[in-house]
Amino acid sequence: MSRAIVEAIGTEMRENEEVFYMGEDVADYGGIFDSTQGLLEEFGHDRIVDVPISETAYLGAAVGAAQQGMRPIAELMFVDFFGVAMDQIYNNMAKNTYMSGGAVNVPMVMTTAVGGTYNDAAQHSQTLYGTFAHLPGMKVVVPATAYDAKGLMHNAIRDDDPVVYMYHKRLMGLGWLPAPDGPKTPVPETDYTIPFGRADVKREGSDATVVTLGLHVHRALDAAAALAEDGIEAEVIDLRTLVPLDRETVIESVRKTGRLVVVDEDYRSFGLTGEIVASVTDEALDALEAVERVALPDVPIPYARSLETEVIPGATDIEAAVRATR
Amino acid sequence: MYADMVTARYYEERLQEEYLEGKQPKFDISAGPIPGELHLAAGQEAAAAGVCAHLRDDDTVTAPHRPHHVAIAKGVDLKRMTAEIFGRETGLGSGKGGHMHLFDPEVNFACSGIIAQGCPPAAGAGLAAKKRNTDSVAVAYLGEGAIDQGGFLESLNFAAVHDLPVVFVVEDNDWAISMPQERVTDVESAASRAGGFEVAGVAVDHDDAVAVYEAAREAVGRARDGNGPTILSVQVHRRMGHFMGDPESYRPDEDREAATERDSIERLAADLRAEGVDDEALAAIRAEAHDRVDEAIEWAKGEPNPDPEAAYEDAFVNPASGVTDTEPDFDLAETGGEER
Ligand SMILES: Cc1ncc(C[n+]2csc(CCOP(=O)(O)OP(=O)(O)O)c2C)c(N)n1
Repeated sequence: MSRAIVEAIGTEMRENEEVFYMGEDVADYGGIFDSTQGLLEEFGHDRIVDVPISETAYLGAAVGAAQQGMRPIAELMFVDFFGVAMDQIYNNMAKNTYMSGGAVNVPMVMTTAVGGTYNDAAQHSQTLYGTFAHLPGMKVVVPATAYDAKGLMHNAIRDDDPVVYMYHKRLMGLGWLPAPDGPKTPVPETDYTIPFGRADVKREGSDATVVTLGLHVHRALDAAAALAEDGIEAEVIDLRTLVPLDRETVIESVRKTGRLVVVDEDYRSFGLTGEIVASVTDEALDALEAVERVALPDVPIPYARSLETEVIPGATDIEAAVRATR
Repeated sequence: MYADMVTARYYEERLQEEYLEGKQPKFDISAGPIPGELHLAAGQEAAAAGVCAHLRDDDTVTAPHRPHHVAIAKGVDLKRMTAEIFGRETGLGSGKGGHMHLFDPEVNFACSGIIAQGCPPAAGAGLAAKKRNTDSVAVAYLGEGAIDQGGFLESLNFAAVHDLPVVFVVEDNDWAISMPQERVTDVESAASRAGGFEVAGVAVDHDDAVAVYEAAREAVGRARDGNGPTILSVQVHRRMGHFMGDPESYRPDEDREAATERDSIERLAADLRAEGVDDEALAAIRAEAHDRVDEAIEWAKGEPNPDPEAAYEDAFVNPASGVTDTEPDFDLAETGGEER
């Protein structure tokens, strides 16, 4: 998936002088998660910019440059580090458009790596989808396949609003962190955009609707394959963007299946699972026969393998949840 | 000091071996007996031993993501620290924290994996000492890459304004992952940050544990006597990659070689020999350190993995008031939703 992302960034940088990328270890290293592999060679240190470890300064600087009409992409190495720079993110990046009554806008992309499954413990494994989607003013993108990742990145850079682009480390195709097969999809060489706010039905089914995103799309697909052996057909919906959120596709699916399972690698309470369930109950309570939520049980992510495996939902947890709706 | 330094070096050599088990020939970070990332500190031992030699158990140390050498010098329980690194139930954090998040309240040692974020709590420990009128001090360790971070600069100012007993020890190993210092700061030494805050700033050269010891005696003494904070910048060397598995393709070979040529441990051994300590005595110290390390690692490996159910404990010390039962119980079919 990382190659697809880099391809989109490279194309946009070639076509628009105003696009540049900054972050920690993005130049000579090529991004800890390969998010900028090869870009330094073509664009040099002026446009692929290594920055001091000072997220407040460089994420805030991206806001400032964006307000001048440039199109910065600023990388926060792990989403877990948002804390040291949250003011720039949610008080400036996300709010300046609104506070100015639309007089200024902030056409920047903040990229960031999310997710666990490799035992990096509580400060390096979160997804925090809910945190960013909860705070208004930034679009939130979470690709699950290489194809989606490229189209969504083109769209993100061209978008006139701030976009938070969250990629799961386990999907990037890193040598040291093997990816499942799912994200390795064919990617057209030409550029194309995937509009925000359009969920993708990654597998059709009539018996239950599984709504998820990121890595868990692939875990849900594995679960669906296992369920199919027992004749249970699960529909798997990949949200692709959280803001804007495609509620219609979810509701339509639930009207068909009557059963809803929401899967999230983020904390359970006050998050995505609750939001999706609430959206469906608002619009389609009559169609709902059963609901299950599969998410992190409101504890920080533990280090030891036995503990991490317990809290991060796996395919078997999803499978069990679908069965529980029957 | 020598014992702490050789213990730390050998400890990390052994951890490296264990870490690579199951990760060869293909490096997969999620395989093998040690979970997660591993940041080793070979080449940085002098900064740990030289400073911690002046500290008591009631003095606080906050360490960053590269903590083992500092933990050893501060006297953290070696066995339980090792069990934590292996993710075992009897580890310092019951297997929940891991190598970047070691906590040993017995010796007031804590960690953070977020850059410079150990500095504010160190200032807080200094504040507590001052409020309680004790003479304990706090030491915050950080890398040279962390000196641009708000967490450091704000704590420095806070400690300066309140004359808090805090020493900020900057381990300058020239690199912040792939970023050489000169690309991201305009100062040669972190100690020059001191001027703008009107605190003391001292820089110690190249791996000289004795020089670190002398400089730290003054800095820790200043803090203990109520005369405020110091930045103590120590030039050290990163002999290895940033983390295990780092291909270091950004780093010139000469630089890596130069970093391994200088060795604070050999330098201290030479100093000790010059003082009349014989090789036999040094060998005995080394042998004892190795035994201690081997014993800790063997013990830790025999300890049990945590019971998965333990994952739900410890978010609060007082769960009765802190944890809401969030068992899924929303089943419309059961509540009669189907009938409507
Ligand atoms: C706030 C924050 N930003 C980025 C990181 C990622 N990161 C971990 S270590 C590191 C480099 C630190 O360099 P330095 O402070 O010099 O310490 P060293 O690793 O050289 O010991 C970075 C950027 C982090 N952990 N926290």
